[in-house]
Amino acid sequence: MNDLLPVLAQQVINGLSLGSIYALIAIGYTMVYGIIGMINFAHGEIYMIGAYVGVVTITALGAASGAMPLALVLSGALIIAVVVTAAYGWTVERVAYRPLRGSPRLVPLISAIGMSIFLQNYVQLGQGARDISVPPLLPGNLFEIDVEGFPVSLSLTRALIIFATLALMIALTLYISRSRMGRACRACSQDMGMANLLGIDTNRVISFTFVVGAILAAVGGVLIGLSIGKINPFIGFVAGIKAFTAAVLGGIGSIPGAMLGGVLLGLTETFASAFLPTEYKDVVAFGLLVLILLFRPTGLLGTPDVEKV
Amino acid sequence: MKSLKTACMAALLTAVLTLPLLGAHLVVNGLSTTLVVNLWPVGIAVLLVFVAQLLDLKARLGAITQALPTVSLSSASFSRHIRLWLAVVLVAALIFPFVASRGAVDVATYALTYVMLGLGLNIVVGFAGLLDLGYVAFYAVGAYSYALLSQYFGLSFWVCLPIGGLFAATFGILLGFPVLRLRGDYLAIVTLGFGEIIRLVLNNWDSLTHGPDGINGIARPTVFGLELNRRASPGGTTLHEFFGIPFDSLYAVIALYLIALLLVILTLFIINRLVRMPVGRAWEALREDEIACRSLGLNPTLIKLSAFALGACFAGLAGAFYASRLGTITPESFTFIESAVVLAIVVLGGMGSQIGVILAALLLTVLPELARSFSEYRMLIFGLVMVLMMIWRPQGLMPATRPRLELPTAEEAHQ
Repeated sequence: MNDLLPVLAQQVINGLSLGSIYALIAIGYTMVYGIIGMINFAHGEIYMIGAYVGVVTITALGAASGAMPLALVLSGALIIAVVVTAAYGWTVERVAYRPLRGSPRLVPLISAIGMSIFLQNYVQLGQGARDISVPPLLPGNLFEIDVEGFPVSLSLTRALIIFATLALMIALTLYISRSRMGRACRACSQDMGMANLLGIDTNRVISFTFVVGAILAAVGGVLIGLSIGKINPFIGFVAGIKAFTAAVLGGIGSIPGAMLGGVLLGLTETFASAFLPTEYKDVVAFGLLVLILLFRPTGLLGTPDVEKV
Repeated sequence: MKSLKTACMAALLTAVLTLPLLGAHLVVNGLSTTLVVNLWPVGIAVLLVFVAQLLDLKARLGAITQALPTVSLSSASFSRHIRLWLAVVLVAALIFPFVASRGAVDVATYALTYVMLGLGLNIVVGFAGLLDLGYVAFYAVGAYSYALLSQYFGLSFWVCLPIGGLFAATFGILLGFPVLRLRGDYLAIVTLGFGEIIRLVLNNWDSLTHGPDGINGIARPTVFGLELNRRASPGGTTLHEFFGIPFDSLYAVIALYLIALLLVILTLFIINRLVRMPVGRAWEALREDEIACRSLGLNPTLIKLSAFALGACFAGLAGAFYASRLGTITPESFTFIESAVVLAIVVLGGMGSQIGVILAALLLTVLPELARSFSEYRMLIFGLVMVLMMIWRPQGLMPATRPRLELPTAEEAHQ
């Protein structure tokens, strides 16, 4: 029983950083779902593209001048990844979803699956299917303490993930609740037709949703690359389903729900992999998704969906 | 002038999008990663997008696709000759393996497996309107039940085939019973999660499934009790010994093709009977309007469950055949991509249209085999086709004609 406490503490730290990434991606799912009621199946690939653009930028900046300050490389990678990935988010919506407004529910979903397959294979063609290693930009720990003889540490990368997520969540919450665009978003998620009648450019709002989702996913992608140290074109698929699980867990359509769901899923998964064989951690996440959808499809913070005839 | 401006903007956007992913290639040498810049693909992509935008290619191609004739399978002339057509196709399919090359027969067998999968998924997606993204799970269940039963108990293919189908159907019912209450898109994600769970369990349950190594040396099917191998197993007789002819591995290829053909015909027969029965009518009614069905006293869960289980059953049969054909299976054969390919077949053919699904399955399996040099673009094109089909022709290449009856308008009623 002696070593339980440090293991627990370490798992909480790991779970929080993993959960932060899930939360970042989950917001993209939840915002899109809240506004147009579709599952943006290609969102996981957007996150993967963010990770790739980040690594390409880091490598390019690292090669351009050997001794560039670390903060500059990191913020450069983040900014470029965010810009390019946001452009992907916007384009995907424009090309694959906008022409399908008003079609039956399954039509945009199939289009999204097609887009997801397309993007995955597109990156595979451009960058190869093998693992790409990410240069360790932030080695070392923020702190390492001794709990009853066992070290518990928070690495700098993990700390960055947690703090960046926290900052972005606060910024997003403020933006959605205070700004003009945020108000338009909330109006659209309540009643798209009415918002349109009242002079809100709904197409712009929808594009904005996709762009915000892509920005957050890009940040998540760059940071996970740094944290895990390698990426491949297939990371988006599993991360996408897990983030969707997080969004459903918190209540799809609800932004605080996505944050809560992400953190809860991250914690569940790290604890599961600490006490079960690691191969089964994905099974735990998928199983959790099935269970929530069966027993509480509205999630923790969601509002019940009233079916109108 | 406006189109020139849009084209320039689109080209610029393409440059931004493709530059980091196609233009700069990450190369790993040992521990260090370097960038190799190659601007050719970016230039090609930019040019393509520019020209396509300038000519408004998307709208033009869309118009052409939409204008493609809709083959109406219920038209009088067609149904009058349907028996003749079926006979011609059947005779051609029967003669085919004896005249075609060995490679062609192999590809045809492979394609027929997908025809079966496509027809099975068509029940779920096309007739019942339930999006199942984990269809490959049932395929895996069928394949593994045959492989394991034949390894551990030495059961023959013909005994295991129905067992594989029943196992898969049971899994379908077990999964379907709780999840079919969910709305369409949630159902899609849950089935996807279920498909992944099955694959992960197969991958990690080493003691039963040998994990990632899979199962090797699965017995081939027998033909009326005759084996297709060079040497007979103890107590068995091989085909060539029985007829007193020299051994040729081509016999096995032809026999497998004929078994696949038999399975496809069986599938078609069962499905065609079922869609004319009340349960088949109920599937389509449910797809069109669930609330109306409920008000008419149909039990949506039971009807969905029957479609789900039947689709799973055909996937199980196809899986058992797949395992016996290849002789070796690994969990890697049952990834999400397989589900997506089968879904693409159903979508491309036209949801609910059986002839469309058969043609799409042949198209999507034979074309990549013919164009081997394009094989790395195969999935890329699949994805693109799925998106474009949804935009241009969501009803598929050969849409199913849906029974419909419209109330006459006021003027027509008065005439």
